[in-house]
Amino acid sequence: MENTYKIEVDCANCANLMEETANKVEGVKMATVNFMFQKMVVEFEEGFEPKDVMKKVLKACKKVEPDCEIEL
Amino acid sequence: MTKKQKRLLARILVAAALLTLSMTLPVAAIIKAALAGIGYVVVGYDILKKAAIGIINMRALDENFLMAVATIGAIAIAVFQKSGDFFEAVAVMLFYQIGELFQSYATYKSRKSIASLMDIRPDYANLLVDGKMEKRSPETIEVGTEIIVCPGERIPIDGIVTDGFSDLDMTALTGESLPKSVVVGDEVISGSINMTGVLTIKTLKAFNDSAVSRILKLVESSAAHKAKSERFISKFAKVYTPAVCILSLMIAVLIPAINIIIGNAANFGAWIYRALTMLVISCPCALVLSIPLSFFAGLGGAGREGILIKGANYIESLAKIDAVVFDKTGTLTKGSFEVSKVYSAGLEKEKLLEYAAIAESASSHPIAKSLINAFGKDIDRNRIGSLEESAGEGVRASIDGKDVLVGNERFMQRFGILCEPCESFKASVYVALDGVYLGCIEISDTIKSESKAAIAALKRMGIKNITMLTGDKKEVADKIAKELGIDHALSELLPHQKMECLEEILKESLGRVAFVGDGINDAPSLMRADIGIAMGGVGSDAAIEAADTVLMEDNPLKVAKAIRISQKCMKIVKQNIVFALFIKIASIILAAAGIADMWLAVFADVGVMVIAVLNAIRALDTKKV
Repeated sequence: MENTYKIEVDCANCANLMEETANKVEGVKMATVNFMFQKMVVEFEEGFEPKDVMKKVLKACKKVEPDCEIEL
Repeated sequence: MTKKQKRLLARILVAAALLTLSMTLPVAAIIKAALAGIGYVVVGYDILKKAAIGIINMRALDENFLMAVATIGAIAIAVFQKSGDFFEAVAVMLFYQIGELFQSYATYKSRKSIASLMDIRPDYANLLVDGKMEKRSPETIEVGTEIIVCPGERIPIDGIVTDGFSDLDMTALTGESLPKSVVVGDEVISGSINMTGVLTIKTLKAFNDSAVSRILKLVESSAAHKAKSERFISKFAKVYTPAVCILSLMIAVLIPAINIIIGNAANFGAWIYRALTMLVISCPCALVLSIPLSFFAGLGGAGREGILIKGANYIESLAKIDAVVFDKTGTLTKGSFEVSKVYSAGLEKEKLLEYAAIAESASSHPIAKSLINAFGKDIDRNRIGSLEESAGEGVRASIDGKDVLVGNERFMQRFGILCEPCESFKASVYVALDGVYLGCIEISDTIKSESKAAIAALKRMGIKNITMLTGDKKEVADKIAKELGIDHALSELLPHQKMECLEEILKESLGRVAFVGDGINDAPSLMRADIGIAMGGVGSDAAIEAADTVLMEDNPLKVAKAIRISQKCMKIVKQNIVFALFIKIASIILAAAGIADMWLAVFADVGVMVIAVLNAIRALDTKKV
């Protein structure tokens, strides 16, 4: 299952941090954050609900980059 | 500007004003310090806040933390040493925020302008309801519905013209500025702009299957494919920042310690200051920003030329291509049989064609179709008395009372007609009238007008290894290859043999190998090659899925252009990497040596970023590439 989300992040470094953080969240098989496109593509592990996983991703990202937003 | 950016600008202006006042007003030092201090907080409070959050979340070594430590440290030193450096610390924070604002704004503007180039999304479709035109969302329009597109509007869904005639602007899709004329019966694709006349279009597809949606999906998904250089820069940034921090820590502590040991004055102040300056320089912003921006501009610039590259990583591969493999039919040739020459033994060519066309008018064979098309006029079937078709050989018909034979050489021989063989390697159709040989019609797969130039362009770029693969006869393939200037033509190939040839070329090639094809049977080769380039835009689904780059038009010239655009993009990326690294390392050395002060450090940082961003945008300029 792969979904693309619109994101808001101000600096390229922060985007990279978001990507790293997202990849560590349980249920995320692979996450790619594209700063220029302001998009996050997330591939989910089998058996995980995208909505639940993304809520955790958002929380984790906010910790590293308080200014970021993910349109869920 | 966004709201956030406007707020930051306001804060910068206020802080700048306060700082200037504090430096120029003839008031007591305390008041000067207070003014500057307020300015510092105004412009820097969010940085300090983020730095604090970073420490709490154990993610200390980010640029916010570094800036906070650097400036607070500088302020502390200034206060203890009662030097004017206090203002400098504040100015540093001010400059840093100016840099951040510029970065944010430049990215925002670039992103908007590049995205708008690729924005072909139509917002509505016009439907005639009870005689009135109503706007509807394109997703709601069912296949087979008639919609109206007025001049100036974008065609929302793929369809066929049922009323009206007009010129279409295809620039957004293919980069071609020459308008395309359409009349009733022509198929039109979504995304093109209707220029002159009102068109009534019957939709052939749903919105989600139309060209526009498919292109937008391609562009969107290209966001997930990052280039190797982008990943490298991210990794580098992660290493670089801590490395410089440790270095600055060593400078702040070790060197004074060594000084004490060898009996010199510790000179803590100077060394800590230098260390702090290095912290300021340790921000890899310019690099981390400009590389993705360059690729983004490259993708956008290519898109403008009707070249959809599916990701930044493919730009990297395209730039390294040194071998191109072309499929013949449909790629270098039009893929349809057409009458190419008529050799007449005496009768008017038109008449010759007429007899042939009439005789073949009942056949659905592609050769028959090409004869009928070439003749062009309506065929009066009443002229045909009798018709007898011999499969694989020809047709014998009575036309206007005359006995007409149309067929291949074997057919003619059967009736005892002696023909002058046309060039034997094309499909030849011989015509005889009442036992007399009339002439020969040559039918071939026409080479696209741009194919020769396309090959020449590739050779000019230094790509010598060009191969053509086809299942056609050797003589046909060799002749076409010679005409186009292709050195290697491999013919009479079965589909799996085409793959084998590709494998061979892949093995022997030092650089990357591109495969250009258009059909369903090309999908495996498109996937196997380093770069698969699909022709014909949004025609063959399988090819587009399998390919890494999609050419909106059936134009092989775009292959060379795609490679050139990618090479230019990579050049810009490398320029930015080298430039930014050089300045950064030079700044670190200068800071450690005490030659650069914080002003200079931040200046260098912002300056590098400005230059890198401006350079990155150059990748957008693809018209003349």
